[in-house]
Amino acid sequence: MTPSVRLQEMIRVIRSARTQGEERGIIQKECAEIRAQFRQTDNGERSHSLAKLLYVHMLGYPAHFGQMECVRLIASPRYSEKRIGYLGAMMLLDEKQDASLLITNSIKNDLSHSSQYVQSLALCTLACMGSSEMCRDLAPEIERLLRASTSYIKKKATLCAVHIIRKVPELAELFTPSARSLLSEKNHGVLHGAVVLITELCERNAETLDKFRKAVPELVTIMKGLVTSSYSPEHNVAGISDPFLQVRILRLLRILGHNNDSASDAMNDLLAQVATNTDSSKTAGSAVLYETVLTIMDINSESGLRVLAVNILGRFLLNNDRNIRYISMTSLQKIVQTDHNAVQRHRGTIVDCLKDQDTSVKRRALELSLALVSPVNIRSMMKELLIFLSSCPVELRSQTASGIFNAAERYSPSKRWHIDTILHVLTTAGGDVRDETVPNLIQLITTASELHCYTVHKLYRALVKDISQQSLVQVACWCIGEYGDLLLKGECEEIEPVQVTEDDVLDALETVLQSHMSAPATRGFALTATMKLSTRITDNVDRIRSIVSIYGSCIDLELQQRAVEYNALFKKYDHMRAAVLERMPLMEKNSPGHTNGDSSGEIKEPEPAKTKPVEPILLSEPANQVCDLLDLLGGTDTPVQPSSAPTSTATTTSSADLLDLLGGLEPTPVPAVTVYEKNGVSLKIQCDSQTDTDITVTLIASNSTQNDISNFTLQAAVPKSVQLQMKAPSGNVIAAHGLGQVTQTVLLNNPNKVSLKMRVRVSYSDQGTMLQDTVQIDSFPSPSWNSQPSIGVL
Amino acid sequence: MMRFLLLFSRQGKLRLQKWFTVLSDRDKRKIIRDLTQMVLSRPPKACNFLPWRDLKIVYRRYASLYFCCGLEQDDNELLTLDILHRYVELLDQYFGNVCELDIIFNFEKAYFILDEFVIGGEVQETSKASVAKSIEEAESLQETMEEYLSKRTY
Repeated sequence: MTPSVRLQEMIRVIRSARTQGEERGIIQKECAEIRAQFRQTDNGERSHSLAKLLYVHMLGYPAHFGQMECVRLIASPRYSEKRIGYLGAMMLLDEKQDASLLITNSIKNDLSHSSQYVQSLALCTLACMGSSEMCRDLAPEIERLLRASTSYIKKKATLCAVHIIRKVPELAELFTPSARSLLSEKNHGVLHGAVVLITELCERNAETLDKFRKAVPELVTIMKGLVTSSYSPEHNVAGISDPFLQVRILRLLRILGHNNDSASDAMNDLLAQVATNTDSSKTAGSAVLYETVLTIMDINSESGLRVLAVNILGRFLLNNDRNIRYISMTSLQKIVQTDHNAVQRHRGTIVDCLKDQDTSVKRRALELSLALVSPVNIRSMMKELLIFLSSCPVELRSQTASGIFNAAERYSPSKRWHIDTILHVLTTAGGDVRDETVPNLIQLITTASELHCYTVHKLYRALVKDISQQSLVQVACWCIGEYGDLLLKGECEEIEPVQVTEDDVLDALETVLQSHMSAPATRGFALTATMKLSTRITDNVDRIRSIVSIYGSCIDLELQQRAVEYNALFKKYDHMRAAVLERMPLMEKNSPGHTNGDSSGEIKEPEPAKTKPVEPILLSEPANQVCDLLDLLGGTDTPVQPSSAPTSTATTTSSADLLDLLGGLEPTPVPAVTVYEKNGVSLKIQCDSQTDTDITVTLIASNSTQNDISNFTLQAAVPKSVQLQMKAPSGNVIAAHGLGQVTQTVLLNNPNKVSLKMRVRVSYSDQGTMLQDTVQIDSFPSPSWNSQPSIGVL
Repeated sequence: MMRFLLLFSRQGKLRLQKWFTVLSDRDKRKIIRDLTQMVLSRPPKACNFLPWRDLKIVYRRYASLYFCCGLEQDDNELLTLDILHRYVELLDQYFGNVCELDIIFNFEKAYFILDEFVIGGEVQETSKASVAKSIEEAESLQETMEEYLSKRTY
């Protein structure tokens, strides 16, 4: 008798409900019946009721009142009831419920039941929802079953053991001895379970991993048997003999061969055989090949084998099956760093995958393409990437844009190409770029002084065409403001000349100012640009005056403030206007160690003395001071003293500081400590940031001798458990008389929190002689209070 | 290891849920909702693999049912497609030309069959014939009405 008849009736009734409310009513009635049934004495109906309850539970209704019934049914001698009881336990009881402990005893009894199907119910339930206490209690039982029972039970016991180990890792030792002997089983189910168990054991404990390395020959034999065996209908899937087992063995081999030469050697032949002989026309074969490739790439395999693996992945890329293309790209992504050249060979196919219909495939292709960009292929790759950007799905746009920027920054063949590329991205996907693109681009433009004319013309044309992309508009406004004179001059070698009148330019800027599409920041840019033009044009200064005075009563506070100040510049400070609005000085980018995330364009300006008196000296700035219109501090002291003998307590900026609220406070110990001073060359160390395990320091070298020193390099060594990463130095020539500096950022990762020491070797050549010296740094300074705030672009 | 296996219809109704990790009811319902939404909105020819949170989701549509499971990072997605296919074959063999209604009205059987094929998120038996045989034998243990009532309960 099956419990299904009544159950099916109920299911039919529930399904016929036409509304949610109707369904709820039916279910409430049924639940009431079920509850009543549970309260009665046994009449053969219990398993029906529980089954009905489980169906109701699957629909999403509460079913906790069935938990005790599960416990009761599990203890019943009737197989049907046990079966439903255990199913109920797996669905309703998890380790969070108190009732789960109550079934431990039943499970224990059932594990020794005479019927193997009852035993199997218990094993299955334990493996599915066994809590740590239950696992601890029953582990010895499971271990016994592993060793002495039928294959049917052994295979289930093995997987139950895997679950136990996952829950209670300390019990791993209990199963290690039996696991080894299970490898000699013939039954595939048991063998599969054994391999899974050994994999789990090895992943958790390095010693166990060592021990099981001795099993590599055995595993290789089993695998060979599978690959070369004749057709066996029992295990055959699409021409592959037991792909499930093959894949698990390959995965175990991967773990055993990782970082171990002898184990890797032992599997070389096998892997080559599998890689060449496996038929990949169906999924099963591809799955085995995929796992083989992963294994080859992860162990110490010989280069011929690695090339074979990459070629398999390349073949996968051309497969019609989209899944296989996706898989191969995921794998290529993992190895693109280590086997870059091999992957480069398949670049064409990867770039073609950018045009695939499927978004997941496109995403993978994008990541891979970005990883494959190199100085050699930058132009062609960028063309493809820009085409992709114009047609890619929305969710990938910002990733593409950032990727393009990074690639352009690293490998751009020329400044003009770089600027063109960025402009192209801004016109196509300006809304999806990161915020720091604008200052980055502006900084780039200022440094490319020979291209100012070209740039401003291009930007002007783009602006006139479309003012919706905020980043583009901001950059365009800024450039027009700065280089408006070049724009008006008209000629430019690299673009066909177009006559631009002052009115045209002012019209464009006014359109931006008035458009509802412009963000407040953009309008600020436009207003400032308009103001700057007042010194660069001749005829329409009045028009500018009127624009500026209109905005003096604008609702937007920022715009209003700017307009009022510019107005003041026209009225009271007209004599200063030309000086104030002249060309901006060149902006230095951050030191090479910083990522793109930092905003560039740090214009040094007098610090409020809330910050450290001696500022982190990252770059030696020329003493350009930008006259900030909003400079309330008035002081023009440069806090940057590129001196060779820094003093820790120099308080250069404390004087003229109106906002010095902390003036009385003595700063905490020095940010820059001199660690080496000899023959006029000195090396200071300064801590930029510090966490529990990481510390970032900057080494600053300076030279107070009469001559420049060149070929200045630093090498560093740290204790074993510490990881060291040295960023590129700012240069290798230090100017004489303390006029120059070389800085280099070093990142230290100290996970074991050992006492940090660093030995630094300094080498340089002074007037032709090579000199070398070593210095040991035993204590690291603590970080300064704040670092210098970065200032945005005017 | 498979973290979970879900079966749901084209309209998003859940037909089977098997969880191999401990999760609260709320979490389970949220996962079901999220995944159902994600999988149902995929275009028909799309790739069967999805990265989601820290898992890999593998799904396949068989007639009106979606079979969807969550894998850990180390698992082989292509093999999982075969695992799903094997489960469908087993269902087909048991029910004879299985369709969604079979699974709706005999959901507990679907669970029993799954439990003979997969334990604790891992495949336990790789031979289809073996699994089918075990299911049959277990079925024969289900008591008839007379046996049922004649057995003492406690």
